[in-house]
Amino acid sequence: MSETIKKFMYLNRRAPYGTIYAWESLEVVLIGAAFDQDVSLAFIGDGVYQLLEGQDTSESDMKNFSTTYKALGDYDVTKLYVEKESLEERGLTLDDLMPLTWEDEDDDWAEKDSIRLVSRAELADVLDDQDIVYSF
Amino acid sequence: MSTLHTVNKSPFEKNSLADCLGYAKEGSAVLMYEDGVYGAMKGNAVAEKVAAASGVKFYALGPDLKARGISEEKLAEGIEVVDYAGFVNLAVENDIVSAWV
Amino acid sequence: MKFAIQVNEGPYQHQATDSAYQFAKAALDAGHEIMRVFFYHDGVNNGTNLTTPPQDDRNIVNRWSELGKAHDLDLVVCVAAAQRRGIVDEGEMQRNGKDAQNIADGFRISGLGQLIEAGIQSERLMVFGD
Repeated sequence: MSETIKKFMYLNRRAPYGTIYAWESLEVVLIGAAFDQDVSLAFIGDGVYQLLEGQDTSESDMKNFSTTYKALGDYDVTKLYVEKESLEERGLTLDDLMPLTWEDEDDDWAEKDSIRLVSRAELADVLDDQDIVYSF
Repeated sequence: MSTLHTVNKSPFEKNSLADCLGYAKEGSAVLMYEDGVYGAMKGNAVAEKVAAASGVKFYALGPDLKARGISEEKLAEGIEVVDYAGFVNLAVENDIVSAWV
Repeated sequence: MKFAIQVNEGPYQHQATDSAYQFAKAALDAGHEIMRVFFYHDGVNNGTNLTTPPQDDRNIVNRWSELGKAHDLDLVVCVAAAQRRGIVDEGEMQRNGKDAQNIADGFRISGLGQLIEAGIQSERLMVFGD
């Protein structure tokens, strides 16, 4: 749809449900996927809570959008950077997060992890290498 | 690549400044505006962290300082005051802008 | 330079839209281009013509309309966010069976693709939020 391919970064620093930012930013990611850009998501601070396994809104009557993260791979959104320090500060490990995968068509449709656990310093390098940063 | 980081929240209300400082690399710029300007004052609990960010240039938005009664002598050392035109220039001079909202 | 601006918060509650406006004005004064202002989240509330602020305060909605008119700005209110929050134009009124519209002068309602396009076409994206 567009000739220039830019590096798009979506910066996620908010927990889900308490405010709508996480859900509405995910809507941008889904729409943006149709534009064939080089997309990454970063989960920093409370943003890591978005990816917690086992979200159940049946009793709060909020919209449960956590399953949408699992569909991101189908939209070719395959780079989800999770900051290690943020997880640790919150007493979490990778095992507490939803398993998110994508199928690599260039590698015989091998299933690969979408979540990339990175240190703050590593993620800082990734952020600095972007063309555009969306914050919500 | 150099980045302009913008911080618009008080460091005592939210962790925007702390998050930003974790990502501001040498050669980058940090602009504090709106309630973010409280992070630019001297003698507060975050002043040491700001001073320790080596190679990072800090700016504060003059109109927001003025609105909040913060005169220049209350600012930590090394903080440069800019107006909205200066804000625009910072966005132009750096390659990307990261908003730590 | 070609800027795009994203506004995440509504008027009065947060300074975000004031900052976005002042930034836009300063950028235009300096001869830069603002290719689009995209209003998202509660930012869509900047596009209602039903606000009546006290006379001794700034009129944030009118200020955007006037700046938009003076510089032919593309003021875009996100349709998904607007539907949730009750910002309605003629088309949305008819599509959704509403009996009123409230989109302010110079604003238009459109899809999220406009925000992505703004990211692609602009040289800098400025985000103003809470």
